[in-house]
Amino acid sequence: MEFEQWKNFKKGDWQTEINVRDFIQRNYAPYTGDESFLAGPTEKTKKLWNEVLELYKKEHNSKGGVLDIDTKTISTITAHNAGYIDKDLEDIVGLQTDAPLKRAIMPFGGIRIVEKACAAYDRKVDDEVENIFHNYRKTHNDGVFSVYTPDIRAARSSHLITGLPDGYGRGRIIGDYRRVALYGIDALISEKQAELDVLNTDELTEDVIRSREETSDQISALKELKEMASKYGFDISVPAKNAKEAVQWLYFGYLGAIKSQDGAAMSLGRTSTFLDIYFERDLQNGVLTEEEAQEIMDHFVMKLRLVRFLRTPEYNELFSGDPVWVTESIGGMGIDGRTLVTKNSFRLLHTLENLGPAPEPNMTVLWSTRLPENFKKYTTNLSIKTSSIQYENDDLMRITLGDDYGIACCVSPMKIGKQMQFFGARANLAKTLLYAINGGRDEVSGKQVTPKYAPITSEYLDYDEVMEKFNQMMDYVAKIYIKALNAIHYMHDKYCYEAIEMALHDREILRTMACGIAGLSVVADSLSAIKYAKVKVIRDETGLAVDYKVEGDFPKFGNDDDRVDQIAVDITKNFMNKLRKHQTYRNSKHTLSILTITSNVVYGKATGNTPDGRRAGEPFGPGANPLHGRDTNGALAVMNSIAKLPFDSAEDGISYTFSITPGTLGKTDNEKVDNLVNMLDGYFAQTGHHINVNVFDRSLLEDAMEHPENYPQLTIRVSGYAVHFTKLTREQQLDVIHRTIHERI
Amino acid sequence: MENKEKDLRFYAKIHSVESFGTVDGPGIRFVLFMQGCHLECKYCHNRDTWDINSGHYKSLDEIFNKIMNYKNYIYPRGGVTISGGEPLLQHQFIYELFSKLKKENIHTCIDTSGMVALTNDIKKLIDITDLFLLDIKHIDDKKCKELVGRSNKLELEFAKYLSDNNKPMWIRQVLVPGFTDDKEDLLKLKDFINSLKTVERVEILPYHSVGEFKWKKLGLNYPLEGVRQADNNDVKRAKEILGIE
Repeated sequence: MEFEQWKNFKKGDWQTEINVRDFIQRNYAPYTGDESFLAGPTEKTKKLWNEVLELYKKEHNSKGGVLDIDTKTISTITAHNAGYIDKDLEDIVGLQTDAPLKRAIMPFGGIRIVEKACAAYDRKVDDEVENIFHNYRKTHNDGVFSVYTPDIRAARSSHLITGLPDGYGRGRIIGDYRRVALYGIDALISEKQAELDVLNTDELTEDVIRSREETSDQISALKELKEMASKYGFDISVPAKNAKEAVQWLYFGYLGAIKSQDGAAMSLGRTSTFLDIYFERDLQNGVLTEEEAQEIMDHFVMKLRLVRFLRTPEYNELFSGDPVWVTESIGGMGIDGRTLVTKNSFRLLHTLENLGPAPEPNMTVLWSTRLPENFKKYTTNLSIKTSSIQYENDDLMRITLGDDYGIACCVSPMKIGKQMQFFGARANLAKTLLYAINGGRDEVSGKQVTPKYAPITSEYLDYDEVMEKFNQMMDYVAKIYIKALNAIHYMHDKYCYEAIEMALHDREILRTMACGIAGLSVVADSLSAIKYAKVKVIRDETGLAVDYKVEGDFPKFGNDDDRVDQIAVDITKNFMNKLRKHQTYRNSKHTLSILTITSNVVYGKATGNTPDGRRAGEPFGPGANPLHGRDTNGALAVMNSIAKLPFDSAEDGISYTFSITPGTLGKTDNEKVDNLVNMLDGYFAQTGHHINVNVFDRSLLEDAMEHPENYPQLTIRVSGYAVHFTKLTREQQLDVIHRTIHERI
Repeated sequence: MENKEKDLRFYAKIHSVESFGTVDGPGIRFVLFMQGCHLECKYCHNRDTWDINSGHYKSLDEIFNKIMNYKNYIYPRGGVTISGGEPLLQHQFIYELFSKLKKENIHTCIDTSGMVALTNDIKKLIDITDLFLLDIKHIDDKKCKELVGRSNKLELEFAKYLSDNNKPMWIRQVLVPGFTDDKEDLLKLKDFINSLKTVERVEILPYHSVGEFKWKKLGLNYPLEGVRQADNNDVKRAKEILGIE
């Protein structure tokens, strides 16, 4: 391939094959300087952002925080006409529908969810759409429920396994949107046509047929993407010729994805350093100033802050605060030892200052102890000011994932364009433990949910007996869990295939079956109580264990105490191995996350009293966090406990949400930054995987709860994403406030 | 029952630990709070650390290994701070602990009242300690006795010894309205600080009553009942008098 748009770029394999990493490695300029080069917002940016803030206000005041819904148009890549905020002001264009914050309907995942969502905001889906999806077109949701077995249904309705993407888009797939900018659509279509040739085999087996159909769908989607861009007056059949086009082309790729899919997490990938190559070329050629470069990035980020999906209130309970997970992975180190931090990494983070804090895009810094000191200080300083950044361990992930991976959703790493996952929500391990004690009867409803196992009948719980039964119950849950996921992803591929996102992948990709667990610290503490204290069982008249009395003290997770931390490690490994015993759809690789998003509240609500003394209905700790109030040795002890959890048994990520008051972090601003840098260096050297950093006083949150109007941009990190605090449900707000906020007295 | 015959070089009574200390010395500090204090500060916010007979013995190895779990955070820019209680009551243990920490190049710090006699053992410990946080209880001896139950003679000697032996220190003064905020006293304190050569920082710690519940929990009357907390203006005024910041 040879394009005039590639002038001044260093030559390489990337010109003869689709290979964005090679392009980056040969052309990018690492940056180790500080932030002094950055530019503030331009007048144009300020004006446009004020218009967006007005729109936010209108949205906030609309019922359920939903400004408008296009209830008539079935959303596809090309379904809507071009839409603008203010055409003359926008450097980067493109909206999901024909107006900002107007939400689209995407019924291929399930028509009932769309109907329910519309009803929740006093709207009704167009009759014709309903007719089509009830009478002519089957959905993902229909497909899944036509094959679910009774045991899956029972596990699902008793909240043993929940949050499953069986009624909504699975998401967590990252298209390599950079390909659109670097190659243009026509080259990508040619590549896919060549792949069809590879798939012209002697035998047309089921696998080959499916792959040929998918590749054909991908080609159609690429053609639609060109059509979508042409509505905005751009021809993306050829590569982008400058920085502004590169951002625009890349965004068009992403826009195609969010017009055709409303997956739970629609992440962006790792784009800022790629884009830096274009910015540097333009800056060196004297055709762009720093102010203009920043303006382009500010406008790009504004677009990412406008992404919306139509959700039901039930969905909002699981994933509170209207998140989209436009996760962008920033920084990290290359395998050759050069940092992947560029000036554009700074520009992207700088949008938090130019436009103020915001949950999206989900700023994710890939941390290495070897990152440039200036960058470490800049990003931690922003964390202290905005609580909008999460950090993930690049030194840990680079080992298996190389240096061109990105984070999907919160903590799920995947090689960009070479790997995707089948999102699997999570199993409730705390409930699993209670089922082990009760022989498969639900501790809340009393119903027999699993086949009958022998319950524990002794007055005091015996550790060995509990472990034996817990193992049996985990075996059962692992089996049902994989069965459910196989059904879900078979149907999602069939009825709701992500053609444009997969068009921006290689043909041969690694697929992972991304399972998850909730309630790990509750289980670890419960088992610790059984082992190191005495736990008396309180049963109701039907013999159901409904409560526990703990006599004596016991080690608790989150205090860097091996006696209990090892229990958490063993359970993680053990459950992972149980999952591995089951065959997965498309031979996907089993992985596991210890992540709850905000569902720790819902899970806790559905789970009875536990043997660690946690009361029925109380929230679990989010992700891998200890239960709040259980850690008594300070923040680093918590980090050490969590860092012990084995990443190779939880490759889909281990989430830790950390909150601290500004005064506890240090006395002066410089000390705060230094301490946070040293803390992150230490945590990641201990092999911790992920950390959300929140710096605020509890009193601030309490005030924001009572006077939300004063805090329109107050952003906090929850579990793997950031959220406008005022958009959380009251229950979620209370959970955040009651959670451990490290504080010095 | 605890073994009363423990070798005090290798066992110590520990009250608690804080793995993420950020104000008791430079950088991130692993803070070890020792059990036991011979002072009776009326404003004490850790009343539960006074009794040397309560708490459990921990071994030197156990404590050292625990600290080493945090080396990634506290080395090279932070370190270990021993607080309390009064750490110097268990100086033999701290000497052994610091000897081991010095081999790991970990920065060592003691947060003390300095109200102990300068024995050879104490001098040996001072020698291997990188920094002292010296809490001057009161510059006026009579008021000092009233506030903490002891003369300030030993602590002023302690400070002078640190200065004469080139040992860095941060001077601290708890600011209790009506007790330690007298202008003349603060000026006297200023003179004393100026007479020392190795003071790196002077810190005013505003008195707060959050420790009150610990007294009540032990069934004791809180001696400063009704005394107001020091506010930002108090701190500002004291700093102006002391001529700092």
